[in-house]
Amino acid sequence: MANTVIYAVYEDPEQLKDGARKLVSNGIKVKDTWSPFPIHGIDPIIGVTRTRLAIASFMFGITGTCLAVLGMWYMNIFDWPMNIGGKPSQALYKNFPAFVPVMFEFTVFCAAHGMSITYLIRNKTLPGMPARNPDPRSTDDKFIIEVRTADNHGHSTEAITSLLRTTPVFEINERQY
Amino acid sequence: MNFTLSKRARGISFGLIVLGIAATVVGILGDHTDHHQHTWAALLVNGFFFFGIGLGALFFFALQNATETAWSVLLKRVFEGLFSYLKWGWIPLVLVFIGGSLHMNHIYHWMDHSLYHAYMVGEGHEAQYVDEAVQGAVANPNYDSIMAGKKAFLNIPFFWIRTIAYLATFVFFAGWFRKQSLQMDKETGDSLVKRMLLNYKRSALFLVFFAVFSSILSWDWIMSIDAHWFSTLFGWYTFSGMWVSAMISAVILVLYLKRKGYLPQVSNSHIHDLGKWVFAISFLWSYLYFSQFMLIWYSNIPEEVTYFQDRINNHPWLMWGTFFINFAVPMVLLMSRDAKRNPRFLIFVGSLIFFGHWMDVMMMVMPGSLGHHFHGIGLLDVGMFLGFLGLFMYTVLNTLTKAPLLVVNHPYLDESVHHQI
Repeated sequence: MANTVIYAVYEDPEQLKDGARKLVSNGIKVKDTWSPFPIHGIDPIIGVTRTRLAIASFMFGITGTCLAVLGMWYMNIFDWPMNIGGKPSQALYKNFPAFVPVMFEFTVFCAAHGMSITYLIRNKTLPGMPARNPDPRSTDDKFIIEVRTADNHGHSTEAITSLLRTTPVFEINERQY
Repeated sequence: MNFTLSKRARGISFGLIVLGIAATVVGILGDHTDHHQHTWAALLVNGFFFFGIGLGALFFFALQNATETAWSVLLKRVFEGLFSYLKWGWIPLVLVFIGGSLHMNHIYHWMDHSLYHAYMVGEGHEAQYVDEAVQGAVANPNYDSIMAGKKAFLNIPFFWIRTIAYLATFVFFAGWFRKQSLQMDKETGDSLVKRMLLNYKRSALFLVFFAVFSSILSWDWIMSIDAHWFSTLFGWYTFSGMWVSAMISAVILVLYLKRKGYLPQVSNSHIHDLGKWVFAISFLWSYLYFSQFMLIWYSNIPEEVTYFQDRINNHPWLMWGTFFINFAVPMVLLMSRDAKRNPRFLIFVGSLIFFGHWMDVMMMVMPGSLGHHFHGIGLLDVGMFLGFLGLFMYTVLNTLTKAPLLVVNHPYLDESVHHQI
C-alpha cells in the first residue's frame, strides 16, 4: 500500500492548535505543521523535541571569545608588544580591560553568524535551496498540519480525515508519495 | 483573592526592624568617625538602595504601560506593592541631605561654602568669604578652584530645588498610578479602555521625567560625594543598578506569593520572563560598570583615575567582588532556560545579586564619604540594611493586602493569563 500524506489546512493558528490537540489525544502522530509565522505553544502539543540551537550558540560564542583572546595575545603581546594607553605592561592580564570590548564583539559576531548559518542549514533553507513546504499558501494565510499514514499504522486514512472533519478545518488534501 | 499578611511574615519584618535599630544603636556608639559620618553614610547607602528598588519598580511599571505589554498584567499588583515604598522611602534620604546642609555631616564636601571664595576677611568662625581682593582680605586656604567652577550647579539652594522636584514627581506618579489601577478594577468596556489609554499617555510622560531625573539625581545624591570627580556614564550605571534590584525583588516576591498559594495563574512562563529581565539587566549593569571603568583606566587622566585608584588599592574586594557577583554569577547561573524556571534556584541567585547590588551602592558611597576611615562592611552597615529590609518588606506586603492581588479588569488580562513561551 502506498503511503499517504494528509494536509489539513486551517485558517487560524488557534484552530490549528485545537486540531493538533485532537489528533494527538486520539493517538495520531502529527509529522509537522507549516505556517507563515511561528505558532506559540505548538511544540509541546505535537511533541517537537527542544531545540539545541541555544547550545550551539553558546559553543559558537565561546569559540569567538577564545579566538579573540588568542588573536590579541599573539598580535599585541607576543608578536609585537603594544604600548596600550601608556601602559607598556606586556602581559595579557595587565592589559586585559583593553581587550574586553574586542572579545565581546567577536563573541557576539561568532555566536550570531554561527547560529544563523546553523539554523539555515538545519532547516534546509540556505539561499538557492528548493522550497519544501507542501502548499505555497502556508507562506501567506493558511496553517497546515501534516500527518503521514506511515507514522500511524493503527489508523486508516479515512479515520484520520473523518476525525479532522470534526475540527474547524478549511480543507483536507491527500497525496501519495 | 486578597493577600493576607501572615503572622510569620509580620513577625520577621518587625524582628528585622528591631534587630536593625539595635545594631544601629550599637553601631553609633562604636562609630568614632568625625560627626558620626559613618552612621550618616550608612543611612544614605541603605536609604538610597531601597529607594532605588521602589524607583526601579515604578519605572518598570510605567514601561509596561507605555509599551502596552500584556504578559505582565498579572504581576501589576506586585510592582504596585514594590513602588509603594516610595511614598515614604524618601525620608531617610532627605534626613541625610538636611544633615549635610546644616553641616551635621560632611558626606557632601561641596556643601562647605568656604570652598567657593578665593579670599577671606578675618579668621576662624568669624571669617567672611569674598570673591574679590578687598581691603584687609587674605587668600582663603580652603579655596578650591575646581569646586568654584561647579558652583552654578552644586550649591545648596539649587540642590534642594532639584531634590524636591524629583521626590515630588516620583511620589506623585506613584500615588497616581496606584489610584488609576484601583479605579480600573471597577470599570468595564469603553471606560476601561479609555483609562488604559490615559495610563499609557501618562506613563510615557513619566518616562520622560524619569529619564532626566534618574540621571541627575545620581549626580546630585551619589556622584557629588566625590565632587572633584565626574563620569558621564554614572547616571546610567546607577539607574541600571536600581532597575536590576527592582527586578530581583519582583522575582523573589512573586515566588514567595506563589509558594503561599497566591497568584495561581502566574505560570512558569511569567517566572521565566522575569528571570530573563534579571539576566538582561544584569548585563546592562555590567556593561555600564565596565565601560565606565575601562574608559577611565585606559585614558588614565589624573583627575578621573583617582576614583578607581582609591577603590582598587584600598577596597579591591569591594570593587572586584561587586563586579564578580553582579556579572559572573547571573551570567553563568542564569544562562540556561531551566535555571530561569526553577524557583529555588532563582531565589538563591536573586538573593546573591540583591546583596551584590547593595555592595555596589556601598562602593559608590563609602570610600568617598569616609575616606581612610572606611574599613569594610561593618555591623552598622549590615544592621541598618536588615532594619531597612524589614521596613521595606512590611511596607510592600502591607500594600499587597489592600487590594485584590490579581487585577479584576484589564483589557489585556486574558492575554496575560494565556501567556506562553
